Amino acid sequence: MSVEALFLSLRLAATVSLVLLAIALPLAYLLAFFKWPGKFLVESVVALPLVLPPTVLGFYALIAMGPRGPLGQLWEALFGHALAFTFAGLVIASLVYSLPFAVQPLVASFESLDRRLLDASAVLGAGRPRTFVRVILPLAWPGVLTSLVLSFAHTLGEFGVVLMVGGNLPGVTRTISIDIYDKVQALDYTAAHQTALLLVVVCFAVLSIVYAVNRRVWSLWPAK
Amino acid sequence: MLTVQIRKQFTANGAAPFLLDVAASFAPGFTVLFGPSGAGKSTLLDCIAGLQTPDSGEIRLGEEIFFDAARRIDASPQRRELAYVFQSLALFPHLTVEQNIRYGLANLAVALQRERLRKISSAFHIANLLPRRPAELSGGEKQRVALARALVTHPRILLLDEPLTGLDAALRRSILEDLRAWHAANPIPILYVTHNREEVDAIGEHVLTLAGGRVQDSGAPRDVLDAPRSVQLAQAAGFENVLTARVVEHRPTDGVMRVALDNASTELEIPLGDAAPGSEVRVAIRAGDILVATEAPHFLSARNILPGAIESLETRGVIVAVRVKAGATFLVHVTPGAARSLELAPGQLVWLVIKTHSCHLVR
Repeated sequence: MSVEALFLSLRLAATVSLVLLAIALPLAYLLAFFKWPGKFLVESVVALPLVLPPTVLGFYALIAMGPRGPLGQLWEALFGHALAFTFAGLVIASLVYSLPFAVQPLVASFESLDRRLLDASAVLGAGRPRTFVRVILPLAWPGVLTSLVLSFAHTLGEFGVVLMVGGNLPGVTRTISIDIYDKVQALDYTAAHQTALLLVVVCFAVLSIVYAVNRRVWSLWPAK
Repeated sequence: MLTVQIRKQFTANGAAPFLLDVAASFAPGFTVLFGPSGAGKSTLLDCIAGLQTPDSGEIRLGEEIFFDAARRIDASPQRRELAYVFQSLALFPHLTVEQNIRYGLANLAVALQRERLRKISSAFHIANLLPRRPAELSGGEKQRVALARALVTHPRILLLDEPLTGLDAALRRSILEDLRAWHAANPIPILYVTHNREEVDAIGEHVLTLAGGRVQDSGAPRDVLDAPRSVQLAQAAGFENVLTARVVEHRPTDGVMRVALDNASTELEIPLGDAAPGSEVRVAIRAGDILVATEAPHFLSARNILPGAIESLETRGVIVAVRVKAGATFLVHVTPGAARSLELAPGQLVWLVIKTHSCHLVR
């Protein structure tokens, strides 16, 4: 059983879901409340990871992060070491991979808000930031929670992208799904069972807590 | 003085294009905006509040320019310092009554916020509701809280979009009294949207009628609503009968003209209006302004006595709605007592009696 791989996966999923929330909140705000030229292009880019095989995503991420890739060179210049096959590289690739799962629940919950509440806030003198903090976020919190949980779960279960950009370095990039794959390849079914079961138990526990708090957490499109 | 002179074109998908084209001034005091739904009342309020942008024109409060298309001025809703109570009220459901009311006071010192909160909640009798959330309030309480939240900011204009819909008459009157008392101390323009005739009468003062995106008429409620100038307004103002007719002849010395209903054999005498002989007009008559007789009446001053037959009777609360075929189909309201003593029944021959001045020419 690989506790180290499990903790690496949990750390990756937690980092990715929190960073993604910071990216997805303003993005979803712009998508839900404003009309702007080229919006459909951004919407398509956000949804792209839903359609593409993880290997395609991982392949391009690997090229971008490689020593001759733009991202890899920038990273090298900033931090003095390579980006590919590091934890940071995994985080960046996972951000792209899980982006739609973070953005869509937020857009859906923002769009289901009563616009008259936002009008009321504006007439009462509140600017956009205050309206966002005092009206939009408190009323859209089921969407925020859904966004966090979905991107966490999606990152926890990722395999193809990690395999492409992370490689298989114990404690650095060997996540739990890679670990299970390795064990099965080595015909060590007992160890594979133990790790897989551990993952099932952990995921079940997380979801039980979330469901207990919020029944509609998996509904991407909140019922009106 | 609030001055509005705006145009805004809507080209909704599928729906017919709609043009809002309004020029009006609003002095301090109540102005009722009256009109059928879809007349553009809420859109007008949205434009004044800065929530929608007109295509052209200007909106001014005294010397201050809220909107001027030519000079590209469009002040944000935040900077217009007005209050707007929506039809849905739009109380923040996650905040308590106190938090809702203090929402618009964020820029004031806390002590001042408390002072304003105390005054407004006693003026609108909601001091005991402060810790509650909107979901725990009754309809009337919600409406009081929405008014308090709007007025606590000391607005320069008050926009009310059917704020008292769905309340019974007594509750409506009591909230209106509180609003009047507040207004006596704070004389600002109040634009009050409604399509409820009773509310118009309760508020009185001044009425501006809107239909199809345009101002139809303005003045005292009696003058404007008892002689509606358009079919839509006639229906909204409670004229149940709007009949199509053709002008037969003018009798200017009597101040009347004769019109023929659809079937041409039935004629009505109506007040002389701006319609040439031969032209098609519409005539609006209140169902309650028509008398029913079971024998041919004689020696009456009423000029219109039409024979007809009852098509149907329907009791609606304290009135009986009688449909009578007399050339056109007329809707007549009588009391249940009258229906009983005259023994009105479907198929019965009756005579309708209509005074000349109960007939209103509408566009």
